[in-house]
Amino acid sequence: MSGLADILGPVGLSALGLSLKVAFWATVLAMPLALYVAHVLARREFWGKQVLNGLVHLPLILPPVVTGYLLLMTFGRRAPVGAWLEESFGLVLAFRWTGAALAAAIMAFPLMVRAMRLAIEAVDHKLEQAAGTLGASDWSVFMTVTLPLILPGVISGAVMGFAKAMGEFGATITFVSNIPGQTQTLPSAIYAFMQVPGGERQALALVCVSIGVAMGALVVSEILARRVADRIRGA
Amino acid sequence: MSISVDIRHGFGALSLDVQFEAPNGITALFGRSGVGKTSIVNAVAGVLRPDRGRIILGDHTVLDTEAGVDLPMHQRDVGYVFQDARLFPHMSVEKNLLYGRKVKKLPRDPDLMSQVVEMLEIGALLARRPGALSGGEKQRVGLGRALLSGPRVLLLDEPLAALDDARKAEILPFLERLRDEAQMPILYVSHSIAEVARLASTVVLLDQGHVALVGPTEQVLSDPAVVPLIGVRHAGAIVMARVTAHEEDGLSRLETGGGALWLPQVKAEIGSALRVRIRAQDVILSLKAPEEMSALNSLRGEVVTLREGDGPGVIVQLRCGDERVLARITRRSARVMKLQVGMKVFAIIKSVSVAHSDVGA
Repeated sequence: MSGLADILGPVGLSALGLSLKVAFWATVLAMPLALYVAHVLARREFWGKQVLNGLVHLPLILPPVVTGYLLLMTFGRRAPVGAWLEESFGLVLAFRWTGAALAAAIMAFPLMVRAMRLAIEAVDHKLEQAAGTLGASDWSVFMTVTLPLILPGVISGAVMGFAKAMGEFGATITFVSNIPGQTQTLPSAIYAFMQVPGGERQALALVCVSIGVAMGALVVSEILARRVADRIRGA
Repeated sequence: MSISVDIRHGFGALSLDVQFEAPNGITALFGRSGVGKTSIVNAVAGVLRPDRGRIILGDHTVLDTEAGVDLPMHQRDVGYVFQDARLFPHMSVEKNLLYGRKVKKLPRDPDLMSQVVEMLEIGALLARRPGALSGGEKQRVGLGRALLSGPRVLLLDEPLAALDDARKAEILPFLERLRDEAQMPILYVSHSIAEVARLASTVVLLDQGHVALVGPTEQVLSDPAVVPLIGVRHAGAIVMARVTAHEEDGLSRLETGGGALWLPQVKAEIGSALRVRIRAQDVILSLKAPEEMSALNSLRGEVVTLREGDGPGVIVQLRCGDERVLARITRRSARVMKLQVGMKVFAIIKSVSVAHSDVGA
């Protein structure tokens, strides 16, 4: 570990630490909402479902810089929501790590919803009906049947979301800039190192860390997805 | 206690318009596939909301569209057994069995639990996961799960349809015990006349979304008018019989209201009452008492009705003592024999034409 610390240097280390913090909070905050939206998309029919579906997936398609710009327009200190948040809760998002977490959460959201929605759709709705006839309310059905069956899928979605949040760059740099020690996440640090002569070594080290995180997340989420299938078969 | 159903519902192609009462014991909803049998049960369970109507379970109105009553399914207290069992794959058999009591916050009832486990013979399965069970075992656990959830009524939607004949034979005795021991109305969806004949005390015969006929099983199945709905090859009357002897050559002697019947050894003790289904096409009619022929059984009876269908056949209903027997013969035979209502005839039945699955408690 000390070898890694030497190569990354204090700036790289602080970027890695910040990225972990940002990704952690982004995942934790986005997960309940992602689960709720995934459940709604998987199980309910309502007017405007396609609009909701489109909105959820928009960050996946839009240029990240557009997402960042929209965030700034909404949550900037002089923007309506941003000003209200600061006045009411003293919460400032623009150019702070909290803003980085928000940007990462929004960018990770579609991936989380996707994984969870697939898991929910794989659960036979007839099982939920059976639970209902046995006396379980909707909430109780979700907690005792749906959630246990999709738990690996939920975790897999969270892992993917975490990895995506770790790697978020475009929206983050647009919304919260690239301030070392404050808003400089792993990708921003890689970008910064590449701008200065002699920074390639540190950039490469951070690149390796990024690849490790991404690969690890993919493997873990693949294993968990398989576990969902096993669980549903009841083996 | 009874189930009272009066519902109307449109599905596009099919419209359902049914009214019936189901008393304690098994009431079979019988008809071809696609006549809306499962929809009726789903409406009772609250899985399907009919356009209009009223459903009363005992003294409990669970649906009354006019009064704006529509209890959600988890408040209806129905025990629903599905064709595909639908056990929770992530729970052990024991957890599955106790699920209804847990979510309804009912007190544990070890006596009832052991009674159900014993009746269904699932004690050895309690620790297993559903994925490791056979089809027949799954259905037994599903039945136990429904029974333990404290239901007012039981709904069985073709519980045997997904099983092979051997597994069916394994479950049928449990259903007979259930019918005799559970003090509640049971709706039993089936398209198998053999199951209905064996299990049901009341039959609701459905045809294209409507109730064609309701009544006690023996009466409905021996009615020549239902033959076209059941299909001529499946039509047959039920005869009530009592076992009087098991004989050395592998036959059992049964006494019926119309005379003695010898059948291949039945699995029942002497003195026990049985229901025997005699298929109409297995019955030969004769004007004289048969002599020197291989068929062992001849019941003396009187022609009650003759009903011609579209084909070459005639369905003849006989009164043999207090039993009714259906015979399917050709029009030509009826003409040659000059069969008429009121004539005395003999119904000849080959012993081996009555299968084990046609005999039940």
